[in-house]
Amino acid sequence: MDIKVKGGIIVLALIASIYYALPTYRAYQPGVDPQTINNKVNLGLDLQGGMYLDIEIKTEEAVKEIVRRTAVELEDLLIDNQVDFVEVRIANESIILEMEPGRKVNLDSEPYKRFLVQFIQDQKINLTHLTLKEDEIDQIRESSVNQALEVIRNRIDSLGISEPSLQKQGEDNIIIQLPGLKDRDRAIELIGTQAVLQFQIVNNNATQNTYNKLTEVVKYEEVWDKVTNKLISKRPYILNKKILMTGEFIRDARVRIDSRDNSPYVALSFDSIGADVFAKITQRNVGRNMAIVLDDKVQSAPIIREAITGGEASISGQFTVEEAETLKIVLKSGNLPAPIEIREERTVGASLGEDSVNQGMNSLIIGSVLVLLFMLIYYRLAGIFAAIALIFNVIIIISILGVFGATLTLPGMAGIVLTIGMAVDANVLIFQRIREELIRTENPRAAIQEGFGKAFRTILDANVTTLFAALALLQFGTGPIKGFAVTLSIGIIASMFTAIIVTRFFFDLFYLSKTKLNKVII
Amino acid sequence: MQLLKLKEGQFIDFLSYKKIAALISFILILGGIVSIVSHNGLKYGIDFKGGTNVQIQFSDQPNLDTIRQIFSEKMMNNIILQTFGDIENKEILLGLPIDSPLGTGERLTLELKNILQSQNKNIEIRRIETIGPKVGDELKISAVKAIFIALGLVLLYITIRFQWRQGVSAIIALLHDVTIVVGIFSILDKEFSLTVVAALLTVVGYSLNDTIVVFDRIRENISKYRKKSMEETINLSITETLSRTLITSGTTLLVVLSLFLLGGEIINDFSFALLVGILIGTYSSIYVASPVSIYLTNLFPPTGESTANS
Repeated sequence: MDIKVKGGIIVLALIASIYYALPTYRAYQPGVDPQTINNKVNLGLDLQGGMYLDIEIKTEEAVKEIVRRTAVELEDLLIDNQVDFVEVRIANESIILEMEPGRKVNLDSEPYKRFLVQFIQDQKINLTHLTLKEDEIDQIRESSVNQALEVIRNRIDSLGISEPSLQKQGEDNIIIQLPGLKDRDRAIELIGTQAVLQFQIVNNNATQNTYNKLTEVVKYEEVWDKVTNKLISKRPYILNKKILMTGEFIRDARVRIDSRDNSPYVALSFDSIGADVFAKITQRNVGRNMAIVLDDKVQSAPIIREAITGGEASISGQFTVEEAETLKIVLKSGNLPAPIEIREERTVGASLGEDSVNQGMNSLIIGSVLVLLFMLIYYRLAGIFAAIALIFNVIIIISILGVFGATLTLPGMAGIVLTIGMAVDANVLIFQRIREELIRTENPRAAIQEGFGKAFRTILDANVTTLFAALALLQFGTGPIKGFAVTLSIGIIASMFTAIIVTRFFFDLFYLSKTKLNKVII
Repeated sequence: MQLLKLKEGQFIDFLSYKKIAALISFILILGGIVSIVSHNGLKYGIDFKGGTNVQIQFSDQPNLDTIRQIFSEKMMNNIILQTFGDIENKEILLGLPIDSPLGTGERLTLELKNILQSQNKNIEIRRIETIGPKVGDELKISAVKAIFIALGLVLLYITIRFQWRQGVSAIIALLHDVTIVVGIFSILDKEFSLTVVAALLTVVGYSLNDTIVVFDRIRENISKYRKKSMEETINLSITETLSRTLITSGTTLLVVLSLFLLGGEIINDFSFALLVGILIGTYSSIYVASPVSIYLTNLFPPTGESTANS
């Protein structure tokens, strides 16, 4: 190829890579908000501080909940229709309806059919097993993950994080990334609270002797010491098992301050359906206590003095203002369809991230300078070629990362540093070969050509194998290791380009294009 | 400037030291294995065993014994406490077991601040990492998979580019390197974490790099000097590529050293694994891969297939 064409291509590549590396350079100048600049290298959470959370939605719990609710509904309907049954119970995630001997009920007719269509029926004498269909289970699982995604998105909006990211991963995982997060505990609470709100009537007359586990349930109110953060006591309540209302009708929630004792509480307002239901249940239960149960813990159990028709309720408890705020947000955003479990958390403070960037940059700069110095001293003019190729190499890595908006992690930085050490290898292979050839032959032109030719195959072999290692590392999902694998891979490919094309160009320019060849300085 | 000044065809008799080298390798490998066995396995980091690590910075120099006592008063004996990085950073790394209620709880930072308040008023929680049991198991599987993928690809590639004998010798050299680095981690009681696995795989790639350069030269010299014995050819090839090997190891060690010394405590184990691995990898491409390939060639002499194919 003509040397001018080659030079042109290289200059174009250089201009392009500088052009694409520039946004990254500009984005991280002091006083610049990186978010205003596109196509830059993003800093990983380990470098800019923030939280990475991998959570699992316990979708099997959502399935169980559906089964449980259906069982309650079925029981209610059977009672309403005066069917003679012994009991409705749940075993192995299926509903079992036990009839009185000789009695029958046709579940394929209304009003039962309507809500039992997703169930497979299996009748044995007086026992009917109702099991959820497989594809129904899959659908419940999938929709509960989507719902959780939506709910969590709403909740983290309240954290004021400028670029939160939520991603579904696999079947029932969600990856949450919150750059710049300050209050770790609050984020965990917002994300992790299931916020299932239930209203149940307290059975004031119940005693241990009268307790009926078929119709009643015990739930506790927890009393915490705000200073030492310890659980002081658990007060038991005997509640009617029937859940009169849930939080699904909440239209709005606000934090208010009780004027009597200045304690904060959360005021709820229901939508019109909710307001009707609430009016009905309060009317029916005037004079009794109604427990407000959040995630199976009794928050408070005020007495119902009169029917509440305005569609408003309040949750008081021993809240701090902050806790009331959090409760408000989780209630407003709706409940998670299933509990969650934290699979992985990585939280880094902003100051540590900054330290890591500085340390990474220091080792990058010092490492590069040492390598460049060595190359200059050892190979002189050829060392300058290699040095230019190396700097070019780093610009290419940054520009490629920038174009794809890739994320740079601390191990990713280490990958770049390492690439610099290894990138010179291609140059070293070429230069050593040229030196050897110069000993063998008097003809410098042939020595250079042979040197490049023979080194080429070795360079290819050697780099391909390192790429294998990087590829094997790429399977580590989104974690920091992947960042390392990415920069290492890009670095290796870039280094082959710079050594084989760029360094070669300099040899062409300085030696091979001359009619009378100078002494090769290498 | 030049490291070695040799005439064409002149070489250093590397292979005459192969028995000593074998002894050194043997001692290093055995030492590592003995250490791993006597420690009842590797000291896994939370990436693999699960649990929570918290990096905490104090405003005054923390006293580990006092902190340990505070935790044991709270009935939390099963914690791991160590200073993190330089003493002057006043940082500790607190390891909580996987079943600690604090770990993934929404009160972790609050509780830690309460617990440590008596020790030091101003603490900063700089980093929290929690790995649940499932993720730990998944990462373990991924790590094993990654190692096998890497080794498999390598074996395949070298077999295609060279011969199976070279492929197998390269793999033996790699296993040698990995075993020694892992052994050294055990001997020094360092934690074996995911980043260390990443470093090991990098070492695999790197060490192979060296091995291939030597193999490439051996193949070239076999066809060039048909009369030389295998030993001589290998010695010559190692000699000819020695400058390159030393220079590349040198430049790589320079950057790894700068990572190790300046890159910060978080990637310290990673840099250390690279540092040791590159030294061992350089050594193994001379003293493990080549002698093994001679041994294999003597044991299974090539029949019909050309020694210098492709």
